[in-house]
Amino acid sequence: MIWSKYSAPQAFYPLAGRLIPWFSVVAVALIGVGLYMGFFVAPTDFQQGEAYRIIFVHVPAAWMSMFLYVVMAVWAGVGLGLNARLSFMMAQAIAPTGAMFTFLALLTGAMWGKPTWGAWWVWDARLTSELILLFQYAGVMLLRTSIDDLRRADRSSAVFSLVGVVNVPIIYFSVQWWNTLHQGASVSMSTGSKMAATMLTAMLLMTLAFWLYSVAVILSRVRCIIVERESLPVWEEQPTVVQKVAEVR
Amino acid sequence: MSRSSMWEAVGGIVRRDLLLAMRRRSDAAMSVFFLVIVVSLFPLGVGPEPAVLRTIGPGVLWVAALLACLLSLARVFTADYVDGTLEQMVLVPQPLAVLVVGKVFAHWVISGLPIVVLSPLLGLQFGLSGESLGVLVMSLLLGTPTLSMIGTIGAALVLGVRGSGLLVALLVLPLYVPVLIFGAGAVTSSMAGIGGEANLSLLGACLVLSLFLAPWATAVALRIALE
Repeated sequence: MIWSKYSAPQAFYPLAGRLIPWFSVVAVALIGVGLYMGFFVAPTDFQQGEAYRIIFVHVPAAWMSMFLYVVMAVWAGVGLGLNARLSFMMAQAIAPTGAMFTFLALLTGAMWGKPTWGAWWVWDARLTSELILLFQYAGVMLLRTSIDDLRRADRSSAVFSLVGVVNVPIIYFSVQWWNTLHQGASVSMSTGSKMAATMLTAMLLMTLAFWLYSVAVILSRVRCIIVERESLPVWEEQPTVVQKVAEVR
Repeated sequence: MSRSSMWEAVGGIVRRDLLLAMRRRSDAAMSVFFLVIVVSLFPLGVGPEPAVLRTIGPGVLWVAALLACLLSLARVFTADYVDGTLEQMVLVPQPLAVLVVGKVFAHWVISGLPIVVLSPLLGLQFGLSGESLGVLVMSLLLGTPTLSMIGTIGAALVLGVRGSGLLVALLVLPLYVPVLIFGAGAVTSSMAGIGGEANLSLLGACLVLSLFLAPWATAVALRIALE
């Protein structure tokens, strides 16, 4: 089985190394195209003027922040269920990127809120839930670093991320539940999109770009974690890095 | 294993924890005193304006209840962990998740129930009227068991970890948010005349969901901690 072969960190390390350039290059290209479409091709919004253009970063970042939390929880669950080391390493690698996107969504949301709502921050349900998502990412990372025993750190933070996943649907449905200031979703599966086609294309391109970027960054981080954790002999390529780590140890 | 032996085990754990709490009454009294002091600090900080106090009252009472519950979380497992009782609990034939329910119930009786009983008095300090006081008691009655349920997951995760007191707060407080929103929302909406039933129903839903999931998660976390 090819999958079980790559579940070993030693086998996954070179595979990740080969995949990273592809994901990085496509991510950079798509970010270029997406931003060009968002800033120059997409029409000006008749209500919000030019300020709306931040959604080309804001909405993909917010989507990624939630998506990555779920992916992290899935890896954590796989790790707990199958007792696979690589799954825990993936969960560990995803957390900082997810937290970064959560912060980016909050930051761009504030930058959009100031001209549109007249306030940097309002206690709207979706903003608040996104802030809580950031706290949860912080909790996962803090719990991991507080526990010295690696095995327990892996498993405990996995349990916590699974518990926190209950919060992600609450974030998603909070708009309907509390019905506050944040505008309702502009894109929905059932009724189709309410935006111009170019806007939607730019936004989806940016989402795809952020996803590819996440994959590239997470794979590089997983490689670092593998080198850090498994004090193994040099496998291939970049022998200097591995040797240096071994020397430091 | 027969069902009766499971209930016996749960009953035994509840009896034992309550007995231990009765022998050291000051422990339980501390979190209640904490609640009263925190709630009394707010009028001093915000000012004695009755209209303002009535507006912030439900939120203040609920946040204080949250913090009081949080403070008592460290007591749920620590003593048992230190003296080895917890390892025996893992080894007995009854499922650990069921025993956890007993621990949580005892924790709620010791630290949650006094809050519920005391809340009308504290509500009066903030100028809440008759019906809102009833809703406040109901919301706390439904909400505090959920707080104990969720809190014990955190307590089990940080068992024996350095800096666990602060860490458990960072882990658990974000998870408390829905309970806080629905609990304080129930009181606020009853004060606004729309009735708190919708929020109380959601609190009930939270309680059922946590009763279903939390003991299981706590049991997993305890096994990890004891490995």
